[in-house]
Amino acid sequence: MAKVFIYPATSLILSDLVARFGHKPLGAALGIRERIQTAGVDSPPLQITPEDPKRGLKYAAVEVPSGVRGRMAIYGPLIEEADAAIIVTEADLAFGCMGCARTDELILFSLRQSGIPILELEYPRDEEEGIRFVAAVKKFLDGLPKEESNKEGEA
Amino acid sequence: MAEYTPKYVGTVTKYVFVESPTMTPGELALRAYEASEGVLIKETCFGLQVTGEPEAVDRLIEEIRSFDPTHIFVKDRGFPPGDPRRCRANLGGARPGYLGHEREFRILRYITRGLEELGRGEVREEEPASPARRKRSLLDIKRLQELIDTEEP
Repeated sequence: MAKVFIYPATSLILSDLVARFGHKPLGAALGIRERIQTAGVDSPPLQITPEDPKRGLKYAAVEVPSGVRGRMAIYGPLIEEADAAIIVTEADLAFGCMGCARTDELILFSLRQSGIPILELEYPRDEEEGIRFVAAVKKFLDGLPKEESNKEGEA
Repeated sequence: MAEYTPKYVGTVTKYVFVESPTMTPGELALRAYEASEGVLIKETCFGLQVTGEPEAVDRLIEEIRSFDPTHIFVKDRGFPPGDPRRCRANLGGARPGYLGHEREFRILRYITRGLEELGRGEVREEEPASPARRKRSLLDIKRLQELIDTEEP
C-alpha cells in the first residue's frame, strides 16, 4: 500500500479513489486530526500552536509569513511521507486567503521537487472525461507498489 | 492559556457521501446502524459521519461501500462529529469545508460513470488520455492590441 498525497488536500474524490484502489490517501484531515487529538494548550480552531510555524521552518524560509509556515507544518511531513502524488490542477475549490494560496504554491513546488511519481489531472466536466479521469487514476495507482511503505514522515 | 484536553483520542472519523438514485442518506444510516458494532454514526444531509477505533471504522466502511459501490464515497475527517469548533449548531451558516464538498458533490456522477465503466471492463486498453495539461490558449498580443484600439474612449 503506497502513501499517496492528494491535492487539493481536502478532495473527497481523490481521497475516495486512492482508498478504493488499495492505497493510503494523505490529505489535510490526517494532519488536523493529529493536532486535534493531542493534549496541550487550547488554540482554536485548528490547534495550530506557536510551535507549528517553527516546525514549518523546515519547509519555508524565515521570511515567509508565519501563516504559510504554520500550514506547511501540517502538509510538509505528509509530503515527506508520500510515495506518490495526485494533483488536480486548476481545482476551483482550492482557493482561499493569501496564506492558503501561497501554501498551495509551495505544496505543488515541493511535490514536483521531491521526485516522487505524480499524476496531474483536471476535474471531469462530463461523463466522457469522468471515464478517462477514473481510468487515469486507476492506471497510475496500479503502477505503485502494493506492499506497505517504510517511508516515515518526521512530524 | 487554557489547557486543552482532546476528546475521542485514538479514534478516526470518516465522511460517507451517498449520491445514488436508489439510496437516501436516511436509508444508508439505517443499514449502517445494523452493521455498526459500536461505531458512532451520525446521519447528515449528504450521508454519514462514522467515528470509532480505526479497525472498526475500516470494517464498517467496507460494509457500507458494498451497499452501492459506485455511488458511495468516503473521505477522512480531522474533527470528531459535533465538535464546537466546526459544528454549525454553534457557528451558524455552512460548516467550514461544506462548500468544497458541495462543489465536488456535483461532479460525483461523472466519477460514478467512470467507476461503472471500469467495473464493466469497458475502458479501452490504450493509454487513457490524461485530462490534465489542457493548454489554455493565451491572449495573443495582437488580439490584445485590437481590443485596446477598438475600445471606445
